This record gives sequence, structure tokens and C-alpha cells, in this order.
Amino acid sequence: MHRLQWEEAQQKDVILYPEGMVELNQSSAEILKMCDGTRKLDQIIADLEQKFATTGLANDITAFLEVALKNGWIQQN
Amino acid sequence: MAGSNKTNPSTALKTGITPPRWLLAELTYACPLQCPYCANPIDYAKYQSELDTEDWKRVLSQARKMGAVQLGFSGGEPLTRKDLPELVKHARDLGYYSNLITSGYGLTEEKIVQLKVAGLDHIQVSIQASSQELNDHLAGTESFQLKKEVAHLVKKHGYPMVLCVVIHRENIHQMPEILAMAEELGADYLELANTQYYGWAHANRDLLLPTKEQFEQAEQIAQAFKEKVEGKMKIYYVVPDFYEDRPKACMNGWGTTFLTIAPDGVALPCHSARELPGLDCPNVKDYSIEQIWNKSKAFNFFRGFDWMKEPCSSCDEKEKDFGGCRCQAYLLSGDMYAADPVCSKSPNHHVIQEAIDSAKASALSSNEKPLIFRNSKNSRRLS
Repeated sequence: MHRLQWEEAQQKDVILYPEGMVELNQSSAEILKMCDGTRKLDQIIADLEQKFATTGLANDITAFLEVALKNGWIQQN
Repeated sequence: MAGSNKTNPSTALKTGITPPRWLLAELTYACPLQCPYCANPIDYAKYQSELDTEDWKRVLSQARKMGAVQLGFSGGEPLTRKDLPELVKHARDLGYYSNLITSGYGLTEEKIVQLKVAGLDHIQVSIQASSQELNDHLAGTESFQLKKEVAHLVKKHGYPMVLCVVIHRENIHQMPEILAMAEELGADYLELANTQYYGWAHANRDLLLPTKEQFEQAEQIAQAFKEKVEGKMKIYYVVPDFYEDRPKACMNGWGTTFLTIAPDGVALPCHSARELPGLDCPNVKDYSIEQIWNKSKAFNFFRGFDWMKEPCSSCDEKEKDFGGCRCQAYLLSGDMYAADPVCSKSPNHHVIQEAIDSAKASALSSNEKPLIFRNSKNSRRLS
């Protein structure tokens, strides 16, 4: 129902759904791209911390994923 | 532009033009239904010619290149176009999120699958009422059972299902049943669109406009339902602006976001703009989408704020609502530069109360005139 895609004209990732669109900032887009059905939450956090060579992202990532879940952008198995 | 002392705003390219995001492709004015609140222009029967497949593909490509990403296939009934699957495929290849806006009439399971394979993202099915009798009366054709079957098939094949019900005086009492129907059909989104009074709805306004009490009661019921189904079903509630103090931010601002292409190729800043005089709306057969969007007289006409007159020009809310809807200003006051009469600051605001009173009197009258159904015969008679 929701589609994440890169928009060349806007130079940003967006989520598309029936008659609507959400523009994502870079960090939101990076988090959502990790939600591909193969990673668990711990793995998502670890992979992002590694990718951006930092630590302490757990709270921000969890908070954003709760928003994403509530909006139906991702599903929880 | 009778009654206006304004000169045309400059047709020169203005700075700060944002690219189109939404493209509404009205593929045809042909429709098996005859809804008396149809948003098509009253004189649609005049426009017989339709763009061919290659024209549409070029339009989709050009608009996509500029940044359009949401695409509505609409009409009339878009399913009457045999090339719909081909256009859907082209749209998907270009990266559009494509929405089919349909009455459901003529949508077989085979077609639903074919469109899915072609890459259609979602189907919006309209239902006129929650009872067969009223639905078929309003649609001017027997279609209720078929629409419900289509809604089931849309779900079955994995599309997000958007149910659209246009609300007006004839069906507003059915609000509880309409909501129950949406739940039973498993709608993911429910659009409760209070009638906007343009085109055919304008002609039928005395018979369609609910009273404030009816509207408030229905809104309360819808609001309670919205809370009940939160997380399961999303409700889009389109408010009837006749009962508001401030106008809607029509089209998110003229020429900022929305681009409509009519069946004959005329490009419109909103789907009602055909009714406005003197815009000289360009045709996609003569110009590219980029030329039309950036440079045409029509798309620059009400861009920005220079065109405004009082009370809009000095209003501190003008950046929020852009003076409201140009088509409504023209329809209700005869002046397309005027403030939308919905606004309580408008010197023409009294016409809204007069319209409400007139509709109320009509409802109480013992010999209320009949609805004018949207069909070619009535279109020719009225234009």
C-alpha cells in the first residue's frame, strides 16, 4: 500500500500511498530502507550505527519506527 | 471578466514557480452513470474529441519529468478507454503512483488482474449511497450490487481499497449505514466527500445542500467512527465549505501543485477552471507540459498574490487560503478576482446564506423540482 521511492525532481525519498505523499529527510529514509523484512530491531540499530560510525541511535530509531508503524508505512510481524 | 477593472496579470514567467506534483488525467467524459453532482462541466457534451494513446503517453512523460508523482486516472469513467492498461503500464514505468478513480462500472475480475499486472497502485470505487434503491437512483443506473462486488474484488487482489461516497441531502441521513458498509467491505480508506457545488452540483444545489443541523449531526457520527477505526481505516473528510467561516486553500494555491488534463487535451489549473472566462487554457497538442506550467497565461493567472483585490490583498490569512476558490468566486459573485464568498470577510458572503435558505425552502416545498441528471441530453440542453 505504501511505496518508498527516490524522487529525482525533489532530490529526496518519499512515501507514496493512495492520494498522498510524505517527504522524508535523509535519516528517516535511511531507517525505513533498513526495514526490508529481514532485520530485527537490534540489527537495524546496529547496522545504522555502523553505517554512520556512531552510537546511541537506539532511542531515535525506536521513536521513529513507532511513528512509521502507526502511519502504516511499515508492518510488524 | 464583466464587472472587473483589473488588467490581466503578467503572462511573463514568474519566479518561484513550484513544479506539479499531482496530475489528474481525465481520460474521457463518457460515463455510464448520471450522478447529479458530477464535477465535469455542464457543457461537457460539446467536447467530443479525446486525446489518443500517444498524446497521453507524452503528457505523462513530460509531467513526470517535471516532478509529478501522484497520478489520477479519472473521467467520466476511465474504464471506457480501451488503452487504460497501456497507459497504466507507461505510468508505472515512469515511477508514478497511479490511482484509478472509477464508478466500478465495467470493472471485471479479469480487468482488475490486468491492471494490477500493468502496475496500477490503487483503485478508488465510488458508491452513491448505502442502499440499492438510493444508489441506483442517484447513479441513474442499476449499479449497487456490482459496485459491492467490485469492492470485494479490489480487496481480493491486494489493492488498497478506497471507497468514496459523495455526501449531500439525499444520502446524508444514511451516514451510519454508509460507515457500516465501508467497514463490511474492508475499506482501507474512506473518503466522505461533502458535495462541492460546481458543475452539475451547482445546477442541483437546491436539492443537494443539507441544512447545517444535518451536516453537524453527520459530522459527529463520522468523527466518532473515525476514532473507533483508528489504525484500521483512514477517513478523508472533505468539509462542505458553505458551513465554514473561511474558504478552502483551493488546489493548494493556483498553479502550485495540481495539473488537470481534460479529455480533449486542455490543461487546467483545477478541474473546474474550464468555467472561468478569458483564461485561454492551453492544449497539450500545441504546447509541452513545461511550457504550459511555467509560461501559459492560464497557469500564471492567479499565481501569487498580485491579482487579489480587497479584502484579500491586505488580509493576514491570504497565504493560508489564497483567497479561496476562483471558480466559486466566479460562480457565486460573477467576479473571479473577488474573495471566495464563503469567507465571512467577503462583501458577497450573504450569497452563501441565501443559497442555504433557498435549499431549505426547496426541501420544504410540496412541489420540489426534480434532480437534473448528468447526461449528454441535459448537457446540450443547458449549454
